[in-house]
Amino acid sequence: MSAWETVIGLEIHAQLATGSKIFSGSATAYGAPPNAQANLVDLGYPGVLPVLNAEAVRMAVKLGLAINARIAAQSVFARKNYFYPDLPKGYQISQYELPIVAEGALDIVLDDGQVKRIGITRAHLEEDAGKSLHEGLPGVTGIDLNRAGTPLVEIVSEPHLRSAKEAVTYMKKVHTLVRYLEICDGNMQEGSFRCDANVSVRPLGAHKFGTRAEIKNLNSFRFVERAINYEVARQIDILESGRQVLQETRLYDPDKGETRSMRSKEEANDYRYFPDPDLLPVVLEEAFIAQVRATLPELPDQKAARFVSQYGLSAYDAGVLTASRELAAYYEGVVGEVPQEPKLAANWVMGELAAALNKENLEVGSGRLPPARLAGLLKRISDQTISGKIAKEVFESMWAQGVSADAVIEAQGLRQITDTAAIERVIDAVMTQNPAQLAEYRAGKDKLFGFFVGQVMKATAGKANPAQLNELLRRKLGG
Amino acid sequence: MSDWHTSTLTQLAAGLRARKFSSVELVRAYLDRIDASQAALNAFISVTREQALADAAVADRALAAGAGGALTGVPIAHKDIFCTQGVRTTCGSRMLDNFVSPYDATVVAKLRGAGAIMLGKTNMDEFAMGSSSETSFYGPVRNPWNPQLVPGGSSGGSAAAVAARLVPAATATDTGGSIRQPAALCGITGLKPTYGRVSRYGMIAFASSLDQGGVLTASAADAALMLREMAGFDANDSTSVDTPVPDYVAALEQPLAGLKVGLLREFFDQGLDAHNEQRVREALKLYQQLGARLTEVSLPNLPLSVPVYYVVAPAECSSNLARFDGVRFGYRCENPRDLTDLYRRSRGEGFGAEVKRRIMTGTYVLSAGYYDAYYLKAQRVRQLINADFTRAFGSVDVLMGPTTPTPAFAIGAKTSDPITMYLNDIYTIGANLAGLPAVSIPCGFVQDLPVGLQIVGPHFSEARVLNAAHAFQRATDWHTRVPRGYA
Repeated sequence: MSAWETVIGLEIHAQLATGSKIFSGSATAYGAPPNAQANLVDLGYPGVLPVLNAEAVRMAVKLGLAINARIAAQSVFARKNYFYPDLPKGYQISQYELPIVAEGALDIVLDDGQVKRIGITRAHLEEDAGKSLHEGLPGVTGIDLNRAGTPLVEIVSEPHLRSAKEAVTYMKKVHTLVRYLEICDGNMQEGSFRCDANVSVRPLGAHKFGTRAEIKNLNSFRFVERAINYEVARQIDILESGRQVLQETRLYDPDKGETRSMRSKEEANDYRYFPDPDLLPVVLEEAFIAQVRATLPELPDQKAARFVSQYGLSAYDAGVLTASRELAAYYEGVVGEVPQEPKLAANWVMGELAAALNKENLEVGSGRLPPARLAGLLKRISDQTISGKIAKEVFESMWAQGVSADAVIEAQGLRQITDTAAIERVIDAVMTQNPAQLAEYRAGKDKLFGFFVGQVMKATAGKANPAQLNELLRRKLGG
Repeated sequence: MSDWHTSTLTQLAAGLRARKFSSVELVRAYLDRIDASQAALNAFISVTREQALADAAVADRALAAGAGGALTGVPIAHKDIFCTQGVRTTCGSRMLDNFVSPYDATVVAKLRGAGAIMLGKTNMDEFAMGSSSETSFYGPVRNPWNPQLVPGGSSGGSAAAVAARLVPAATATDTGGSIRQPAALCGITGLKPTYGRVSRYGMIAFASSLDQGGVLTASAADAALMLREMAGFDANDSTSVDTPVPDYVAALEQPLAGLKVGLLREFFDQGLDAHNEQRVREALKLYQQLGARLTEVSLPNLPLSVPVYYVVAPAECSSNLARFDGVRFGYRCENPRDLTDLYRRSRGEGFGAEVKRRIMTGTYVLSAGYYDAYYLKAQRVRQLINADFTRAFGSVDVLMGPTTPTPAFAIGAKTSDPITMYLNDIYTIGANLAGLPAVSIPCGFVQDLPVGLQIVGPHFSEARVLNAAHAFQRATDWHTRVPRGYA
């Protein structure tokens, strides 16, 4: 068996978070009754004309600047012609030869910590199609054109990705970026963020690309990974049995976990692209681009680097905490209250808080536990009022009751015992009650130290300051 | 009164304002003329009698109150390519035989806003594809000067209606000559404005980069009045141009002295009928007498305009007409077996032969492997033709020449040979490719058939073009001639 190299390029479709469609004034809200958000332009009525939504242009430029791409001084909308019932005009308005954004890149971090730069060939504006409805319509097909004309930016990567995992890492990175830029809500279930994957394999070391298959419409990270892995195995299998991979479009079936052929190269449409004569070229002045640049937020990579340098976090933690703008803001909200404990704050945000949110399927911005309140808990750990272990109980009460750490500590009497004399009294009592263990310990059975710690903690309901307890116990047991 | 129909639009608007007659009287008189002509001319696809009379009554009340716009109470007709809310809009096609538009085209709304009363929708070549008004699903339009002849096309219904004085003015569209050529063949005035001067919103698209709405009238002065109300920027049409609309009427009377007129050498070619040429040369002589200075001008790439046009226009039409798929509106075949069958038969049965020919031509020239050789090359030549015009307008104010090579031809004479038919637009296409304003005015007769003189100006020079046309009409009476039987 020879070694194979996987080659992947992704075409990511991100729905732009404009209030209205790219060429009409219709709303783009999700979930409206069929065709409630389709006006005459969206329906492709005779005589209607498209008018470009300036906000979509601004958002595409924002993306282009964030990936260090070239913003085209002049870009052109083109018609992609094909017949389909959910495509009302018989053509999709897209960009072909002159896209608005070209030649950008994003860096991803691989499992071994290496940074890999993924080239972005282009990003272009286009309108989405509608959808066909079959459920509950026996014998007929319904058409819902609410989605028709929804603004999309299609982000096309170079074939730089070498595994399903890399592809997912890259896609997540783009997902993070578009939400940072507030140009896409990133909602994959609603189809706001999805991709097509171009997958091929070649013998390791070969220069020529293998024949690729395009897997359409992958709308979850898990599906992307599974579909690519399936497809890679399928292609290797074909090649190793001496057959040829066909250039074709394939669909991923998440129920069966496999890809299957949708149409071959021969059946592919000739889209007959040509510049749309109804729309003028998009001409962007330098001043406009500068104006958009001024609205760019701190980008994920910049923020992560700052978290490392400003808070002394590991690159990994910084990466996790900057995965969304909301999470990063939350973290900084906490750390602003307890500036002396950036690492502790990171651990709590990524640990207890993330787990609690996850359990109830809540977003970090849900307001369930404001950053200042979590910081209140961390302060009590920091000033040793409570131990880390007790803090977890306090957190649970805070989460359940929506109250402050101090209120929980007071009400449940959880204040840590730091009074040396008080701890010593308890130690003395434990030693008196366990003469046999004491003798064994003193005879050299060091392991029994933990037994004594446990007994003291039990007697104090866990409130003895652990560090003090260790020190005092060691001294007393030593006789 | 019985001679309203020999009055100009300008006179009618003034008469209504002066309350010499009512809009209801006027509208009823014209509606009766339309009804009486229909069997002979077939100029209309729909006549909106009830609505027109109701609108006229409203107009009369406004006029009585001293209110109203420039055209209040004046009857007009719309080419059936303009969408009219609540009124069938067919584009001359079986495909839209059942289509009642849910909205008004911008041009329709503007003219209504100015007070004009729509009497009906005029017949036309199917989807404006034709030069003879013979490709209509509703049968051919006949030329009022001789019912055996075509009125020209594609706006043949509008042209025949104005020539026979069934309405004082009618809207029209011009993609390759569809206003000017029928104007010439019917002996009336036809104005194609600059591309972007009049909104295309609601005007069913044939070839979007060439289509331009305009008007057919009995005189240049009437065209100026209509254009003043139709023109202007429209936020619904990205290709409409945001430049102020001058008062075309006020500019009509400017003296012609010193006007530099370029004679288009390429228009006086072998294809030009000798008698037509004679009428045009006589007209040019008159311009000289009116103070214009004539020079010959050459636009070397202009002879390529027909082949360029028959690549660009079909390419755009093949895409523009894709929306007529039997799914959401318009014609749908009976009992489709599946989606492909629905598409094939709805389009196969809904479209006529000329439309199909152009869709196929357009699909071909845009196809992979042919795009560069046809579409791209045609666009490059289009740029060269543009450059020719720009160069010419560096030395002259307007260009003049014949509108058509010959007077009106017989119905059926050219239907079997599309190339001969296409060559009828040889002198008009250039202005569409370059987006220039152009007018055709009557300049005499050949064997009792009218001949048209074409005047082309630089972008947004409608005022000057209309001024030149008006000066000629002040010195001649060709434009006042009405076909026998309609006087």
